[in-house]
Amino acid sequence: MMVDQPKYKTSDEVDFVIIGSGAAGGILAKELSTNGFRVVVLEQGPYLTEADFTHNEVEILAQDELTNHPKLQPNTFRKTPSEKAKPQRAVLYGRCVGGTSVHFTANFWRFHEIDFIERSKIGPIPGTTFADWPITYADLEPYYTKVEWEIGVSGLAGASPFDPPRSKPYPMPPLPVKSSGVIFERAARKLGWHPFPAPMAILSQPQPGRSACINCGFCLAFGCEVGAKSSSLATAIRVAEKTGRCEIRPNSYVHRIETDTNGRAIGAVYFDEKRNTHLQKAKAVVVCANGAETPRLLLLSANKQFPNGLANSSGFVGKNLMLNSGGVTVGVFEHPLNDYKGFAVSRVLHDFYELDPQKVGFYGGGGLDARFDLTPISFALNALPPGTPRWGKDFKSALAHYFNRTMEIFCHGTSLPVENNSFSLDPDLKDAWGLPALRMTYKDHPDDLKLWRWQNERARELLDAASAQKQWSQPVGESQFAVHLLGTCRMGNDPRTSVINADHRTHDVKNLFLCDGSSLVTSGRGQPTMTIEALAFRAGDRVTALAKRGEIGA
Amino acid sequence: MINELSRRTFLLRAGTGISAAWISANWPALLSASKHAHDAAMAAKPPKFEFFTPEQAAEIDAITARIIPTDELPGAREAGVLYFIDRGLATFSADDQKTYREGLPELQARVTEMFPNEVRFSSLTPQQQDEVLHSLDENVPSPRRPFRARPGAQNFFETLRQHTIAGFLIDPDYGGNDSGAGWKVIGREREHMFQAPFGFYDKDYPGWQPAPKEADKK
Repeated sequence: MMVDQPKYKTSDEVDFVIIGSGAAGGILAKELSTNGFRVVVLEQGPYLTEADFTHNEVEILAQDELTNHPKLQPNTFRKTPSEKAKPQRAVLYGRCVGGTSVHFTANFWRFHEIDFIERSKIGPIPGTTFADWPITYADLEPYYTKVEWEIGVSGLAGASPFDPPRSKPYPMPPLPVKSSGVIFERAARKLGWHPFPAPMAILSQPQPGRSACINCGFCLAFGCEVGAKSSSLATAIRVAEKTGRCEIRPNSYVHRIETDTNGRAIGAVYFDEKRNTHLQKAKAVVVCANGAETPRLLLLSANKQFPNGLANSSGFVGKNLMLNSGGVTVGVFEHPLNDYKGFAVSRVLHDFYELDPQKVGFYGGGGLDARFDLTPISFALNALPPGTPRWGKDFKSALAHYFNRTMEIFCHGTSLPVENNSFSLDPDLKDAWGLPALRMTYKDHPDDLKLWRWQNERARELLDAASAQKQWSQPVGESQFAVHLLGTCRMGNDPRTSVINADHRTHDVKNLFLCDGSSLVTSGRGQPTMTIEALAFRAGDRVTALAKRGEIGA
Repeated sequence: MINELSRRTFLLRAGTGISAAWISANWPALLSASKHAHDAAMAAKPPKFEFFTPEQAAEIDAITARIIPTDELPGAREAGVLYFIDRGLATFSADDQKTYREGLPELQARVTEMFPNEVRFSSLTPQQQDEVLHSLDENVPSPRRPFRARPGAQNFFETLRQHTIAGFLIDPDYGGNDSGAGWKVIGREREHMFQAPFGFYDKDYPGWQPAPKEADKK
């Protein structure tokens, strides 16, 4: 619920302007405002609340009620830098207060120790910019715990033998198991694997002002009407607002970060709802606009002093895009699973988190989850077995038979960072505000596709062990569409090969900070949001410490 | 056109991080027209059609009834799909008006091509109706004898197919799927909240137990 907020004037130099209110921006708004700073959050999308969220599949899925709209903000796509990019929807992200955390699946795995130091362990991989992080799992562990307790994650500590060390158990038990989860658990155990209850950022028990999950079945892609999904909207933003120091300003589309002659950021320039332009002044700027829009904003902010884009002396702004490889294998069973009830995922396994390249012949690792994330119209249009008639009597009887008897195994995996894989500004296409459209360049590293294929085989094995009546896999193919937007302003100690340092401060502009999926150095195993949020909590501490030492003027 | 759509379905799904993204990316453009008036969709059934003439309505009704026929379970007719589409074309799917306006006469031209004495789809027998629709569905092998290419009619049929499915299966609160008829067919209970156990395989689940003899790490 929106509470009374301060209304800062744009000429009023606040301590921080935060661009984006999603997984990272919401948490930074909370951390910085509760630490005593005056904060303005500029969010390009509308301020919707629980009362605005519906189960209207057409509005949510087809008309992008909660997400970036392809007509207003078109994209272009190409595979390699030598091609001319063609108009095509390339990215999907949340465009409302709370960002993508409003509609996410809520699979909340921590990264493991290996994710931070894998380059050292594996060695260089040709054709990639594979690197270690400047921080380790141990640095981030307290912040993972903070996410679990402050944002609200259901799960069972110790249930996976592959879990990294943790300082505290989960704050609440796992969500109930679904039929897909039971099938998955029994079959995986037959194969000697180690399934465990999925850690989910969805409440299994009520919290102050928030209901536990009511299993309504409109979860992934939808906003939660009862506040059970632990979005930034339902959690951090509420706390930030209560400080009386944080203003959330929706419908504010930032398109330039202004700098002064000393190369310091002085604020953010944005369009309001009526497309009037404003400059919100601030002592420091924090960009949490996601792995696509953060680099785009830095590139849009190019000026005489920063001709290649702001904070881009490395040339790495927008580069090294990682999407997480993987896809779905579908199984059909004899009896009704009724998996349309409830959240998406109830069981996960991490036996393949770290594969030995010597044995499998490629780099990578991942996790499998048991899920059903399809709502009725999506199911009927997209998810019937291949070859099923698309209309008529047999279509109808297939719908009647399969809707309740279908489950999915989603294989999630690593992507390698490749310099050419990137977001940049399209030289021709403009968005509805006249700004250069986002251009995506992407060609999967061969190992990413090998991993996907390998994991699909494990999913098929599992469905065999479960005696599925029918199964099929989404064919492995090159990516042209991005949801996980990772690595495009990566963290590192060397200003030549990274955009931000371990404090999330850009190497080039001392009062400019970036924190979101763009900060990641490696992709993890397919569930980045938990780590983005842990980074945001940590960044809150780092930025606060710098500010208190008088280093950034805030 | 239709093959192109299904090819894109897989291309786009390939490599997406989450399957909802795939779904979203592949929602028919025709459903993603201008911002729609939820109120209009929620309004009671109009006494008359907002977009269709009565003659058009009879044709559309007949086609939707072949896309999701009525048998022992309700079909598109019982779900009021015709009204959902009519309202949609007047509101959120207004961009598709042209597809309907131009596509229906082309479909009727195909009717006459195949059955020279007939001009209306709705006057054909159900078997004849299916033959006409099969001839416009690129996903099935070519009909026995070649007909003039009718991309307008094909596009119209694909649009109508998707609209029919949406009107049949949308949450009844949003102006289609009358009385939850579509959800009865697919076995989705019409409740706003559910409690575990959900289905056959979790009903006797004894609760989480660590795997036997599995204290070992890796």
